Amino acid sequence: MYQFNYERPATLADAQALLAKADDPKLLAGGQTLIPTLKQRLAMPSDVIDIGALKELSFIRAEGDAIMIGAGTKHYDVAENADVKKHNPALAALAGMIGDPAVRHMGTLGGSIANNDPAADYPAACLALDAKIHTTKRLIEADEFFKGMFETALQPDEIIKEVTFPHPEKAAYEKFRNPASRYAMVGVFVSRGPWGVRVAVTGAGQNGVFRVKAMEEALAKNWSPDSVASIKVPSTDLLSDLHGSAEYRAHLITVMAKRAVAAS
Amino acid sequence: MTVVSMTVNGKPAQADVEDRTLLVNFIREELGLTGTHVGCDTSQCGACVIHVNGRAVKACAMLAGQAEGADIVTVEGLAKNGELHPVQKAFREHHGLQCGFCTPGMMMTAVDLIRRKPQLDEHTVREELEGNLCRCTGYHNIVKAILAASEDMR
Repeated sequence: MYQFNYERPATLADAQALLAKADDPKLLAGGQTLIPTLKQRLAMPSDVIDIGALKELSFIRAEGDAIMIGAGTKHYDVAENADVKKHNPALAALAGMIGDPAVRHMGTLGGSIANNDPAADYPAACLALDAKIHTTKRLIEADEFFKGMFETALQPDEIIKEVTFPHPEKAAYEKFRNPASRYAMVGVFVSRGPWGVRVAVTGAGQNGVFRVKAMEEALAKNWSPDSVASIKVPSTDLLSDLHGSAEYRAHLITVMAKRAVAAS
Repeated sequence: MTVVSMTVNGKPAQADVEDRTLLVNFIREELGLTGTHVGCDTSQCGACVIHVNGRAVKACAMLAGQAEGADIVTVEGLAKNGELHPVQKAFREHHGLQCGFCTPGMMMTAVDLIRRKPQLDEHTVREELEGNLCRCTGYHNIVKAILAASEDMR
């Protein structure tokens, strides 16, 4: 690791002030991506601002037709929360599938979506569930938030505070894991709710998470695995690497979409 | 440099360390508790799993500063009054180790797992060991040991 200044602000306001002041800061939430990245010397921030212990960012509240989750809430706490399990079991299941148990004890919702790894799970949930991302500056719709591989709409001095997930009528997430790393080769989140029907794919896109409009239209007419069985996503913009070709990932998207609809 | 303080295995621990110090290095090098192992450089192997405020985490994926004020248990803290923890006994009884390198992390993960899920079956144990690698591939007896320990602790 390169040298950096470690800061542990006591409040979100203090964190915001430190963020504005530092040369080239990085926010640390759970650190399950950032710390391994620092260890590999793939990042060289001047300051690491630790917001992982801020109580004001760690909560789960069910209110009306939605669940509000603080950005600093750990994956384990989302997976085990009674309200999430009751109103949004697909989201609880997704949180329980991230990484391994030790990672789920540290990793956070805000950290995952701010990083926007193309194989991360939470971006698929946000996009498919029409989530609202509340930051220290504004509200960002999930559709506007994910801008490409490791790219988001966040400004350098903006911190995610919470994410609102409206309750779905039906939803499920199916993930085809890389057999070695266990990251999503393809993960498909399907949902039906007040927003209509959404199908979001992670792990496969060259530009990160994306929606499959053709599948959404077919499922809106008839919510059944057969509706998506013959819909192929073009492989043009899909990832191709030693783990699988773009064509293979395109095939997996259809298979995972079918399974997700069947499981919903 | 930052002064970090925490409780480790019931005793107060404090040191002035570089800001970039990993928790695992604080534990091994500052406190001399070398039971917590470093088996990889990528935070994938789980040999460094310890408990921070009652939860199993990888000590190599955390800065020492993040553990300020925390209550930490390492493998050295499992045995009480010279009596092995039921998980340690089960690993010995069922030959749950070969070279022993992954063992501290395996046992810390196992203790956390049994606390979270007292009713275990083989499939669950194998799933839950996703973050702990054994290069001797001795998983079979590790799983047996964890199942036996969970029976014993019921």
